[in-house]
Parts: sequence; structure tokens; C-alpha cells
Amino acid sequence: MWDRFRREHEWQIRELGFTIKLLTRNPSAVAGFTIIALMVLLAVFATSLTRYNPIHISLKERLSQPSLTHLFGTDELGRDILSRIMYGARISLRIGALVVLIAGGCGSIIGAVCGYVGRQLDNVVMRILDVILSFPPLVLALALAAALGPNLNNAIFAVAFVMIPKFARLVRGEALAVKERQFVSAARAAGARPLWIVTHHILPNCLSSVIVLGTLVLGEAILIAASLSFIGLGAQPPTPEWGAMVSVGRKFLLHQWWYATFPGLFILVTVIGFNIFGDALRDVLDPRIRR
Amino acid sequence: MSDALLEIRKLSLQFHTYQGVVRALEEVDLTLGHSEILGLVGESGCGKSVMARSVLRLNPEPPARVSQGEILFKGQDLLTLQPRGLREIRGRDISMIFQEPMSSLNPVYTIGNQMQEVITLHQRVSTAAARGIAVDMLRQVNMPDPEQCLAKYPHELSGGMRQRVMIAMELSCKPDLLIADEPTTALDVTVQGQVLTILADVARRMGTSVLFISHDLGVVAQLCDRVSVMYAGRIVETGPVERIFANPLHPYTKGLLRAVPSLEDDKKALQVIPGNVPRLINPPSGCRFHPRCPSRFGPCDRVVPGLTEVEANHHVACHLYGT
Repeated sequence: MWDRFRREHEWQIRELGFTIKLLTRNPSAVAGFTIIALMVLLAVFATSLTRYNPIHISLKERLSQPSLTHLFGTDELGRDILSRIMYGARISLRIGALVVLIAGGCGSIIGAVCGYVGRQLDNVVMRILDVILSFPPLVLALALAAALGPNLNNAIFAVAFVMIPKFARLVRGEALAVKERQFVSAARAAGARPLWIVTHHILPNCLSSVIVLGTLVLGEAILIAASLSFIGLGAQPPTPEWGAMVSVGRKFLLHQWWYATFPGLFILVTVIGFNIFGDALRDVLDPRIRR
Repeated sequence: MSDALLEIRKLSLQFHTYQGVVRALEEVDLTLGHSEILGLVGESGCGKSVMARSVLRLNPEPPARVSQGEILFKGQDLLTLQPRGLREIRGRDISMIFQEPMSSLNPVYTIGNQMQEVITLHQRVSTAAARGIAVDMLRQVNMPDPEQCLAKYPHELSGGMRQRVMIAMELSCKPDLLIADEPTTALDVTVQGQVLTILADVARRMGTSVLFISHDLGVVAQLCDRVSVMYAGRIVETGPVERIFANPLHPYTKGLLRAVPSLEDDKKALQVIPGNVPRLINPPSGCRFHPRCPSRFGPCDRVVPGLTEVEANHHVACHLYGT
């Protein structure tokens, strides 16, 4: 079974190996990947990495400074900030990944179909997307999340919905350019169906820009979700969520700097990690500069 | 000629644009027999590529619209086919090679991937068998090291190699008809020769008919059995290749042949046909060539000349001959 798979997909396997080899030679890919991997490890092994319960309240220790017992200090309810950050990584990464998957998936398909088919369909769908785009993303996400009811899943859906037009517009633009290329005519002349052309010729040629946009949106999604949490529409207390922690910690910034700083730093580093990794990935995957 | 593979009768096609109606093809007649190579020649902008694309209905509709005529392939009118039937013909019975080999291949897939895709689209074979066919086809077009080539991406190949890949790919489903739209225009002359020889060899070996579109008369002379000369959306002369070159009848064909630089006689200045191909939004009345024609007379600007048989199988549309 495995042998047969290996024989039939020999090139794909070889290509994947080559991609990985190129990535290891690219310093920003390595740096980005290390950051992402660290965050993922933190999220996965949060239970064994810290001995504190992230929602355990200990008013005696409230707002204590970073020390050996609490490396990043504690918050206003005496909860250990480091352990809350570790557990928070689970939530933030999940938000980011889900938003990018949903918005990227829907948006790319919408964009590719509209770009390829064109005419009325393109016009109608793009005007609808314009309506979505005309709202500030946070406001629309806020309204949507409020309408759906305050919980994390609704917040994820709301953020994804707001992000769809970004992907759709990008992919539509690329699709308009790609469909004029001769290999699309060649595929049509070879008897390919429109759906096959969209999935096999249009979308793969847009993929590299989608990946890069995905990494940018991932950071933004984490931020918007955090903002939603702050006004009570996203993660509900006592769930440890980075953005919510920053928002609450803001009140204490003057006297207890560690409260908002550490979750903020983690948001910053995570977003940068995804960005530079996405950038490097684009370079490596681009067949024109691959070899 | 009922035994023709492809028979185009009185095909007219217009592009409806904001500036007006572009009459790109007017009553084009074209026949192509089995295992025959037909050359279609003419200047840039005279409708050769539109002609080629209209056989497979690849012109975007709208703006393109066929107003009359029929395209009979094995007796079946391609213009009345439903999209499904059309897709089955495309690639399996009729395939097409395009002008620029640089952009005819999808840059994100390997050669093998793309060849297998086309093969499995029309033939019920396993991936491994499709790979075998691909290797065999690449060998037929003299590709060095075909196994290696399958794993490569288009940008790793030269223009000539890419066009050979295209030939291999388009012939892999053993089509009855191959449409080659200026397949060597983007290549340099030495490679051009190679690619054309390969194309003609493989086509003859497989018994494939070829509609070969070119503006290079030398190439057409060397490659084709019959030639049709096109001017401003009309066929002006058609006949066996030797006859056309030995005894061109239409003033336009004569002009084209005179405009080929000759190696023997380099003192003589190159003769050109004055003027340009007319804009097809508002084509000249009568014979479309009359404003540039050195031997125009009475009826030329009023009456459209029809194709008449002047000698065996040699047809010309000009008032100088016949009615």
C-alpha cells in the first residue's frame, strides 16, 4: 500500500523534500518556523510546562511582580500570567488558524470563480463584497458577533466573515490575469471543464499570494478577536485570551507593567513569526525562482 | 468532397465591440482531408488565429458571434454541439498548439503532471500507464531523457523544448486533427526548423491531419500539402502547395511571394505590398484587397469575387479569373 503510494507520488515526495531543504537554508523561514513551533509547543504542552492553573484565583498574590515563583508576575486576581499566556496560545492560535482557513477557503473559491466566470456573476458578487469592505472590519465583526451571541466560536465566525472579501478580491484579481494566460486556453482546447480549470489552473497559480495574505490576516485576526474579547463578545472570562489580557492589563499599565506587556509581546512575536515564515514560504514555493 | 475530415462552409464570425462590429471572418470555406497538412497563410491581423480558435469554439462568446456557416468535423457540425459534446471533441479528436510555448504550460505543475492530466482526461488509463504514454510521446518528439523531463517544471526547459512538450502533449490522445497556430513564431530560426520537422514527422507517422497556421511562406512550402491564403477575413486562394508557389494567381498571393527575401538575388530591393490590412470594422467594399491591389479594374470595388476553380483543385477569388 505504502510502496504503491510512494511509487505513484514519487515526484510529489521528492518536491516536498526539496521544499523542506530550501526552507532550512532560508534564515527567515527558520526563524519564523521556530517561533511558530515554540508557540505550538507552548499551547500543546501547557499543562505539563506550568504548575499553575490559569484560572485559579489567589487574591493574596494579586498583582505581584515577576519573580522566580511567577516568572511573568500575576494579574489582579492573582492568576499566574505565564500559565495564562501558555493556555492563551491555544485559543489565539486556534482563532488565527480557523479564521484563515475559513476566510481563505471561502474567499479564494469565491474570487477564483468570479474572476474566471466574469460578467454578471462577477459584478453582483463583487458589489456584495464591496458592501462588506465598506465597514471598518472591527465594527462589522462586532455587530456580527453581538448579533450571533457572545461566545468564542461566534467571534471566530464573525472575524472570518469580515476577512472573506480580502481573499476574494486578491484571488479575483489574480484569476483575471491567470485566465488570460495561454495554458488556460490550452486546457480548454484539451477539453477541460470550467470547474477543473478553476481548481487546477486558476487556484494553484493564486496560492502563493493567498499564503502570504493568510499570514498577514492571521495576525490581524488574532488582534480583532482580542478586541472582541475585550468588549465581552469573544472569549468569556475566565478564559485566558491574549488580547483580553492586554485589554484588561491596560488599566494597570502605569504601575504593573508586566500585566499587559507579556501577553502583548506574545501577540507581537507570534504575528511576526507567521509573517516572516509566510514570506519565506512564498519565495521557496515560487517555481520561477525555485531553482 | 464528402470524405473530408474537416469542412468549413461559409463561416462568418463577428466581434461585437463598443466601436462597432468587427467582421473577422467572412464566408470562409476550408476543407481538410485525412492525413493532410493544410497551411493557412496571411498577414498579421487577417483572421488566421480567429479562424483556428473558431474550430474549437475558443473565441470568447460574447463578444464573438458566428452569424452563419457550419464547421463539419467528420460530418458533425461543431457549432451546434452542446458544451459537453464539445469538451469530448476537444483534446481527444481535435487538439491545438498555441503561439507562445512560454505561456502554454502551467508554471506551477511539472511537465509530467500536465501531460498525465491531459492523457487521463480522455483515456481511461491509470496514472502509471499515463506516465508510460507521456514518456513514449516525449521520445517521439526526440526529447532527450524523457523520464527526467517529466519531473521538470516548464521554466526549466527552453522554448524549443517546451514547444516539443506541447506537441507531445497534444498528440498524446491521438487526435485526428491538430491545429497549430504559428507554433514556431516565438522560436529562433534553427530551433524552428527542428520543431517543425518533428511536428510534421510525428503527424505523418500517426496519420494526424494538421491545420498549420503561419505567416512564414518558406515553412509552409516545406511542410504542407495544400495552402489556403487568407486576406482580411476571407480566403482568397487555395490549392496544392506546388501550384500556389509555381503559379500564384491572386494578386495578394503574388505580392506575398514577392515579399519573401531571396538569397540568390541580394541586389534587388525587397518588394512589399503597399498599405496595411484594413480595419475589419469597416472593410473595403467588393474585393477586400482592392485598395492595395496593383491590377484592380472595373468590378473590384463593387462586387465580391467568389472562389472559382481555375485549374484542378486550385481555387481563387479574384475578378481577373472567371466571372
